[in-house]
Amino acid sequence: MYELKSVAKRYTRGKETVDALVGVDLTIADGDRLVIQGPTGGGKSTLLQMLGGLDRPTSGEVVLDGTDMAKLSEARLTKVRSENIGFVFQSFNLIPTLTAQENVETALVPLGVKVKERRERAAEALRSVGLGERLGHLPGEMSGGQQQRVAIARALVKQPKVLLADEPTGNLDESMRDEIMDVLETMWKELGLTFIMVTHDSSIAKKAPRVATIRKGRITVKENAAS
Amino acid sequence: MFFTYLRRELRRRRKAALVVASGLALGIALVIVVNSVSSGMGKAQDKVLQSLYGLGTDMTVTKAAQPQASASDRPRFQFDAQDGDSEAEQSTDRVLVQGFETLSTATVAKVGKQTGVSDAVGGLSLQVIKVSGQFTRGQVQQGEGGGQEGAAPGGQGGGTGQPQGEVQGGGADFDVNNYSVYGTDVTEPALGPLTSSKITSGRTFTSSEKNAKVAVVDSAYAKEKKLKVGSTVTIKSVKCKVIGVATADSGDAAANVYIPLTQAQTLSDSKDKVTTVYVRATDSQKIDSVKSTIQKNISGTTVTTSADLADTVSGSLSTASSLATSVGKWLSIAVLIAAFLVAGLLTSSAVSRRVREFGTLKALGWKSGRVTRQVVGEAMVNGLLGGALGIALGLAGAYVVTAISPTLQAQLGGGGGTGGGGGFGGPGRQAAARTLDVALTAPVSVTTVAIAVGLAVAGGLIAGAFGGWRASRLRPADALRRVE
Repeated sequence: MYELKSVAKRYTRGKETVDALVGVDLTIADGDRLVIQGPTGGGKSTLLQMLGGLDRPTSGEVVLDGTDMAKLSEARLTKVRSENIGFVFQSFNLIPTLTAQENVETALVPLGVKVKERRERAAEALRSVGLGERLGHLPGEMSGGQQQRVAIARALVKQPKVLLADEPTGNLDESMRDEIMDVLETMWKELGLTFIMVTHDSSIAKKAPRVATIRKGRITVKENAAS
Repeated sequence: MFFTYLRRELRRRRKAALVVASGLALGIALVIVVNSVSSGMGKAQDKVLQSLYGLGTDMTVTKAAQPQASASDRPRFQFDAQDGDSEAEQSTDRVLVQGFETLSTATVAKVGKQTGVSDAVGGLSLQVIKVSGQFTRGQVQQGEGGGQEGAAPGGQGGGTGQPQGEVQGGGADFDVNNYSVYGTDVTEPALGPLTSSKITSGRTFTSSEKNAKVAVVDSAYAKEKKLKVGSTVTIKSVKCKVIGVATADSGDAAANVYIPLTQAQTLSDSKDKVTTVYVRATDSQKIDSVKSTIQKNISGTTVTTSADLADTVSGSLSTASSLATSVGKWLSIAVLIAAFLVAGLLTSSAVSRRVREFGTLKALGWKSGRVTRQVVGEAMVNGLLGGALGIALGLAGAYVVTAISPTLQAQLGGGGGTGGGGGFGGPGRQAAARTLDVALTAPVSVTTVAIAVGLAVAGGLIAGAFGGWRASRLRPADALRRVE
């Protein structure tokens, strides 16, 4: 379970200071599904970075399962990320020289999984997103939708508690978007993980049980009755 | 994963990898060639010095020759007037001590007892001048108009002053044979001028041949005089049997003929005299102190070390050696530094282009150390590729130099080292300046290859340090920022 208490993030560039997050309080229960929306530059990605342990708040607490990530050492934070948090990025962020299977394996490398098991688990993850026939393909040989599926497999292969997705359908056309959202929704339901997604897409937001909106660093959360 | 990732990345960026590897290869190849050529120069100089001294000799002790006071000191050759029609060949030879003032054999013993001296042996340098030929009497021809009575040179000249005829024919035909002889201590075969030659036919002296009438001849002289093992060399009426033919290592022998020291002393009327004392020090690092000791304790002598001789080497060998050690060294260093910098900057630049990639890996839980190792690993492979390429290029360069074997001239000048005509070993070596041709080789030692490998690794590490430093400072949040 996530608990954010009075989280603030201030960036300083020269004499200019930007308050990306201002007094954010947020609770996300295990297995919850939260969509974060808001205008560009409003602080969505900054919030996602705090939740993913990629950045630290200027003040406040980001508590995951009772541990304040803001106070962890870099090594401990890296460990938390490698074990508990899966990321899906808008631009897929696959390693262009590695095959689909090898890309998925990169998520298991920091866990010290043996090569054979790593390969098997990566192949299984790819099969689960419908890419069983594409294990040896390089990212450049696949469509955008297929690349994002590889990225989803990479995020989920380590069986994380949390899946963070930053505009996962932002670079995809409509049919691909639906395809990817179906995959993500299925995984969320099957694996029972906490799913937090940043998106500009209102149609996706409408389907989420909770929607957080960030404007000028301030957050408002509303339950979505329609979902 | 490490090697797969590394291999694929290098393949993807093979142009950049090739640039980095080529730069390093050029630097490393230069280091190998310069090193091996320098080594070749050193060997050439050693060869030159060895030809002067002989192997194992650290220094020589001599006494400068006094200027000849009068014409009476010069050798004179006297021939008898012969009777009538005699055309018999006349021959006379002189055996002279060459180059230096003689030292007594007691000096050899005294030198041998000095602190730091391992061994000391004496040698006597001689020059033999043999003049042989014959006179032919001229014939007086009576002429009608009255000729002049002449005299054949050396013949019975003179006349009455009355024109009665002319002398026809007659004259002298003399051959001057000038060669060097070296009296060597047969009991100490490991020290002295003969050590700069190898016995290529027959044998060398045995320690029992102290006063034997035997000789070892230089191969060039033997060829010229058609001598071989078993032939006889006559020196001042003493017939010496040729027991061996020696070939000088540098192509320039210390003497034409080597004979036992006692025999040489007898032939030159120099009983218990030597011209040169060959000295071997107990420790090659203490040659200077041994030199000082000898100079201090045995006054009037000149002590010449190989370092003194090296200072007298000039000519293209010296120039090339200076070029190799100065220009070559600095050029190699400059190219290496440039190559290291280029490798470092290219690696750093490659990391900049892979910010999202490394940020993503960090977001996935890769530790900074693992990412840095990946970058350093790639740079190391580049360095090793450059090293392998550089070693191949360097070996090829050294091979070409050795195959061409350019001839360098070594001029040995200045009267033989330190002041006053000090001690070059053999006869014929006291000339003001002497030129030796030495073929340059470029031997590549294991040390040189080890240095090259070390440089390749260093190049890789330096390049990796540039890139690794950047990669380690990269924050995983950058990966997400890049996609906003």
